[in-house]
Amino acid sequence: MDSVLALHRLHFAFTITFHYLFAQFTMGLALLIFVLKSIALKTGDNRYNHAARFWIKIFAITFAVGVVTGVPMEFQFGTNWSRFSKYAGGVIGQTLAMEGVFAFFLESSFLGLLIYGENRLGRKLHWLVSLVLFAGTWLSGFFIVATDAWMQHPVAYASGRDGVVLASFWGLILNPWTFWMYLHNMLGTVVTASFVMAAAGAFYLLSQKQEQYGRIFVRTGIISAAIASVLMLFPTGDRQGVMIARFQPVTLAAMEGLFETVQGAPIAILGQPDMEKRKLDNPLLVPRALSFLTYQNWAAEVKGLNAFPPEDHPDSIPLLYYSYHIMVGLGTLFIAVTLVSLWLLRGGRIYESRPWLWVLMLSLPFPFIANTAGWMTAELGRQPWLVYGLMRTAAGPSMQVSSGNTLFTLLGFMGMYTLLAILFLFLMHREFDHGPEPWVTEPRPSGSGVTEPRPLGSGH
Amino acid sequence: MATVWYCLVALMIAGYVILDGFDLGAGILHFSVGRTESQRRRVIRSIGPVWDGNEVWLIAGGGTLYFAFPGLYASSFSGFYLPLMMVLWLLIIRGIAVEFRNHLEGNLWRPFFDALFMLASALLAIFYGAALGNVIRGVPLDANGIFFLPLWTDFQTGKDVGILDWYTILVGLLAFVTLAVHGALWIAVKNEDLIQHRARIIARWAWGAVALLTAAVTLATFRVQPLVLHNLTTYIWGWIFPDLALAGLIAMLVFILRDDDLKAFLSSCAFIAGMLTSAVFGIYPYVLPSNTDPRLGLTIASTQTDPYGLSVALIWFIPGMLLVLAYSVFIYRHFAGKVRLEEEGY
Repeated sequence: MDSVLALHRLHFAFTITFHYLFAQFTMGLALLIFVLKSIALKTGDNRYNHAARFWIKIFAITFAVGVVTGVPMEFQFGTNWSRFSKYAGGVIGQTLAMEGVFAFFLESSFLGLLIYGENRLGRKLHWLVSLVLFAGTWLSGFFIVATDAWMQHPVAYASGRDGVVLASFWGLILNPWTFWMYLHNMLGTVVTASFVMAAAGAFYLLSQKQEQYGRIFVRTGIISAAIASVLMLFPTGDRQGVMIARFQPVTLAAMEGLFETVQGAPIAILGQPDMEKRKLDNPLLVPRALSFLTYQNWAAEVKGLNAFPPEDHPDSIPLLYYSYHIMVGLGTLFIAVTLVSLWLLRGGRIYESRPWLWVLMLSLPFPFIANTAGWMTAELGRQPWLVYGLMRTAAGPSMQVSSGNTLFTLLGFMGMYTLLAILFLFLMHREFDHGPEPWVTEPRPSGSGVTEPRPLGSGH
Repeated sequence: MATVWYCLVALMIAGYVILDGFDLGAGILHFSVGRTESQRRRVIRSIGPVWDGNEVWLIAGGGTLYFAFPGLYASSFSGFYLPLMMVLWLLIIRGIAVEFRNHLEGNLWRPFFDALFMLASALLAIFYGAALGNVIRGVPLDANGIFFLPLWTDFQTGKDVGILDWYTILVGLLAFVTLAVHGALWIAVKNEDLIQHRARIIARWAWGAVALLTAAVTLATFRVQPLVLHNLTTYIWGWIFPDLALAGLIAMLVFILRDDDLKAFLSSCAFIAGMLTSAVFGIYPYVLPSNTDPRLGLTIASTQTDPYGLSVALIWFIPGMLLVLAYSVFIYRHFAGKVRLEEEGY
């Protein structure tokens, strides 16, 4: 790989990976805040409002980091990937511009109302604002996934003077690739936010403070995590696998570490791809399972890497293989952990089970890893194409931006994001340590009129 | 159709500069009007609920530019690589400083974040001005429509230019004082007593600097980019843009002297809009002129996407932005009135 190309790729990969750690959490959390606000509105139990207010504060800090790290993403299409932008900007610029106009304005404008407006807006309007914020963040996700889906599976384009131009607006919006990818991705954000909420609840129960909130957080987190984890596997993950088998068969072979075409292909649960000997070391195989999952036929032929010209192979096969296996492995663990938690939730046994609360608390980082690995699977699997089948990645970066300049800004981002991460973790530690407002022992009966929320967070 | 989008992109950029401009201005004056912790909290609260939404105008404007003129987006963003990356870093620092300072208690780190807020805001204002100066002056485009500019060369406006030369620095200074006055007027609108008083005094003095630098930049522009004068003499109706700027400038002084902060602020908006539209009109039909050979300049026609994409986007863009304007008005009205610190929020 050419070193300028490698640096441009690393530049984008680093900044997007860092950005998405925050974006996935806020998108999922927007749904959970809406759920808490809905429970509060429906039952009139003001404690759910307090709980929501705590998470709005967490949301605001995370959203701020998401915003400032998100702006560079749009810029980099022009700065680092200008040949790609000139080639495809007429198509993917549509969805990126729509993200700004329809989603980003919405979330940024209404977050201010959600934070500062509870007193003046009243309960119902404030609930509505949380709905708008949820809609804004999820619309944002849609337009970004639609953009990536077009790069994975280009549709609705025609050739133009500088590359491709849009041929059908609805074709772009209703790209079949977008649907399952979007659902799968958004469920991934819910898994992340739910596990964070459950982990926070476990933290409060284990440290024996804010225990009532701890129960709410564990319960809400576990239930939504369980639903989302199961839906991630089936149907959304399964459907995406079928699409990859159909439209990116070489990617499927690389993901599965399948070097040779076979009938009745096995699935490798574990193993290390050996690129020199073209085989999988130390494989732990489930016979014929890949053929069945892909074609619903135990004996079907699945094409291996040898069936495709080497120049069309993804260029980081081991990394792709590991990303995919980490995603699937962690996804399976999430289902197991949340189902056990649901079982323990019956009768509230989970709140007393300290070992299991430790499991919940320590599982906090893994959804972030799984989401990252999932996106790495999608993007490494798209290689060596920038736009699948149309434009190779090597043809995309800016010619005139030298490797020295790219390295300079990459190092700058690395330094700045390291400081940002330290600052963020410090603030998170403080907020979680501080916790929600003290528990009100007597819940207000519903219909008690205007509530009087206290100032959001540490006014001082 | 492409000319419609040329105007819409210009409007998005003007919207960004007017809205985020007062955030930047407030940042520039953060220490000048906020001498104590509680005064500085008020300055931050003046922009706290809205700065984030204001910054989205940059994102949405960038997205609009991206799909309507992909050739321009590709060429200019890669050619201005280093300054754009620095703008990104400054935007990160500014956003983090505004959002995080109030989460930190005690007197150790807050002044640190306040200083970052001021420095980033000031540098952003200067960078934006210098960027506009570069677009007006033109860049050394090659036959493929690409270029790469160093940060500086000999600070002259000849053929071998850098991002910073005497002209672009001059425009940068004008942007700095213009946004400082803009921010001062916003602070005066949103505050009372001592803060308001200080902001008004700054606005008075800085107005003089704006007027002087506007005159200097106008004369320099006629010299550096002859196309501007050519357009103004060819299309007489185009005088509406510089006239708007001039009217805004004069009205600003009148209202500043009457202590009518809101009207002065609106005049400042008109001034900024007039200056930006004058610049855009001045280089028409170019979107990025060449400073070496006029034939190499990027034009609307040479960078636009095809008419279908432009037409279909109009159908979602107009209602989309009207919706944005509607709820922006709602939100600004919701937060209207003077800043009160005892209110909710962090």
